[in-house]
Amino acid sequence: MKVLVPLKRVPDPYSRIRLAPDGAAIDTTAIKFEINPFDEIAVEEAVRMKERDASVEIVVVSIGSAECEEQLRKALAIGADRAIRVDCAETLDSLGVAKVLVRVVERESPNLVLMGKQAIDDDNNQAGQMLAALLDWPQATFASKIEFNDGRATVTRETDTGQETLEFPLPAVITTDLRLNEPRYVALPGIIKARTKPLESLTLADLGAQQECRVAVVSMRQPPPRTAGRRVNSVDELIEALRVEKGLLKS
Amino acid sequence: MSRALLLAHDASECEPLAAFAQALGLPFDIVTITGDCPQDLGAESIGSLMVGDPPPADSLCSGLRGFAANYSVVAGAATMFGKDYLPRLAALLDRPMVSDVVGVVDPKTFTRPMFAGNITADVRVNADAFVVSVRATAFSNPVRSGQSAPMQVAFDPQGVTKRTGKSESAGGRPDLAQAKVVVSGGRPLKDAVTFERLIGGLADLLGGAAGATRAAVDSGIAPNDLQVGQTGKIVAPELYIAAGISGSTQHMAGMKESKVIVAINTDPEAPIFDIADYGLVQDLFVAIPELMSKIKP
Ligand SMILES: Cc1cc2nc3c(=O)[nH]c(=O)nc-3n(C[C@H](O)[C@H](O)[C@H](O)COP(=O)(O)OP(=O)(O)OC[C@H]3O[C@@H](n4cnc5c(N)ncnc54)[C@H](O)[C@@H]3O)c2cc1C
Ligand SMILES: Nc1ncnc2c1ncn2[C@@H]1O[C@H](COP(=O)(O)O)[C@@H](O)[C@H]1O
Repeated sequence: MKVLVPLKRVPDPYSRIRLAPDGAAIDTTAIKFEINPFDEIAVEEAVRMKERDASVEIVVVSIGSAECEEQLRKALAIGADRAIRVDCAETLDSLGVAKVLVRVVERESPNLVLMGKQAIDDDNNQAGQMLAALLDWPQATFASKIEFNDGRATVTRETDTGQETLEFPLPAVITTDLRLNEPRYVALPGIIKARTKPLESLTLADLGAQQECRVAVVSMRQPPPRTAGRRVNSVDELIEALRVEKGLLKS
Repeated sequence: MSRALLLAHDASECEPLAAFAQALGLPFDIVTITGDCPQDLGAESIGSLMVGDPPPADSLCSGLRGFAANYSVVAGAATMFGKDYLPRLAALLDRPMVSDVVGVVDPKTFTRPMFAGNITADVRVNADAFVVSVRATAFSNPVRSGQSAPMQVAFDPQGVTKRTGKSESAGGRPDLAQAKVVVSGGRPLKDAVTFERLIGGLADLLGGAAGATRAAVDSGIAPNDLQVGQTGKIVAPELYIAAGISGSTQHMAGMKESKVIVAINTDPEAPIFDIADYGLVQDLFVAIPELMSKIKP
């Protein structure tokens, strides 16, 4: 079984996001970049599959400039076999990402694409579903448990009202949710050791793909901070304030 | 074909979607997936797929594709359900998509949060036809008018995915995304029984819904469909009570539009106090039982 894991370089979720002075982008000077947390969960899941079945091959792919090789190296250290960077300095929208990934799928012929449900920078939550549509493959989004049996996948996924289980044949696209697993910690020596694993760099032209972005950010601003209210000293004071000042709670 | 199709999961989503379409200024039709649509929301036509349970995304999208192709804008609610199938439908139609729209600047420019709500962006769609998902919390009170004509929708879903199981968490409370009051609990709630007794109990007294943080869901204290935040549900009730919640960016992304926010936390430095209208520095195991004894149902 061959698993393709697309991953995106994004700001550390715990970093402080501010606008750059020109207001057109975020200020990246003091920001640490990481593998998108949902994609790291996807890498972890693929590596656990490989630990159960040594014949599993894991290819990670990231579309971006040379910097994202740092995140690809980390994925190799977690346990992926090889990495592909598709060179693209321009922004893509999620459909643009999905179209490039279609080309990578055609080249690699994986049985499964396992990826994050959402990139935590654009917060789109689109690319996986779009890739599945373009390939005409089944999809299971927001997965919290994945099992394989006889060329079929059984996925428990998180829904608005609880969970559901879907069953479908491979190849397929599965996107991860927070409860799927807890990614392991890889120490620096592991990352250094992974330097010998293959990392290939391709251009969009190599893949016959294009840079498509039909949803473009025209302006960004920081939302006005919500003004803090006041402290209350007791439950009685809280109830009184809610009643008198806000007209909430019945008396 | 400058026309919008609003795809509502059920009747409850019709109002916010109609309010969005009215802001967009295009003529629109509404199709509900289960149940019926109100007739006076200004839609030219209304229809229903009349399925009991929506089929998995591959079937649903194959069934909707031909019909949706007649519209320049296809919009649905940004729920887990909408997030699952709308991007798939967009790609089948080769249309770009804008997620989590909270404002309409002009018919092709939309306001949406990014970076866990740390940034508000205006994004422009450079295409004649596109798909959007709409945050129901940002659109309400559509102008009520007219009487929509009934419409037949051709729907022939085909797909290989089978739903083999479904577990719904015990209902009985208002829907989290629509409740007027939300009481949420975090990591210190210890276990599911304690969460249900304190958070669920206070929610019931206030006729509200229960919510939770990721930390509470991850540790099995609360079910996954209660997670409020960047990657969970978005709520904007009249009253949000956060008990034992630190106030991470990711959590606040899902509740900071609430009208009145109350925070109960033992740590006076907890970031949640920065956005709370009323902050009570107290042990929730003391404060919540006291609140419950003093609030009349
Ligand atoms: C990719 C990603 C996505 C995420 N998505 C979400 C999301 O959608 N929603 C979400 O909520 N989180 C999300 N998170 C997690 C988020 O970063 C925080 O870890 C989480 O919100 C913390 O939950 P908490 O406030 O319950 O726990 P903690 O941060 O541990 O806070 C517990 C609080 O309880 C207080 N406390 C302790 N004991 C008591 C007591 N007896 N009485 C009163 N107060 C007490 C403490 O002072 C503390 O402030 C996400 C994280 C990542 C990386
Ligand atoms: N530039 C990229 N390179 C590789 N994968 C990506 C890229 N952008 C998005 N993805 C994948 O698509 C998922 C969803 O992204 P999005 O639609 O932007 O929320 C992410 O979790 C990644 O797995």
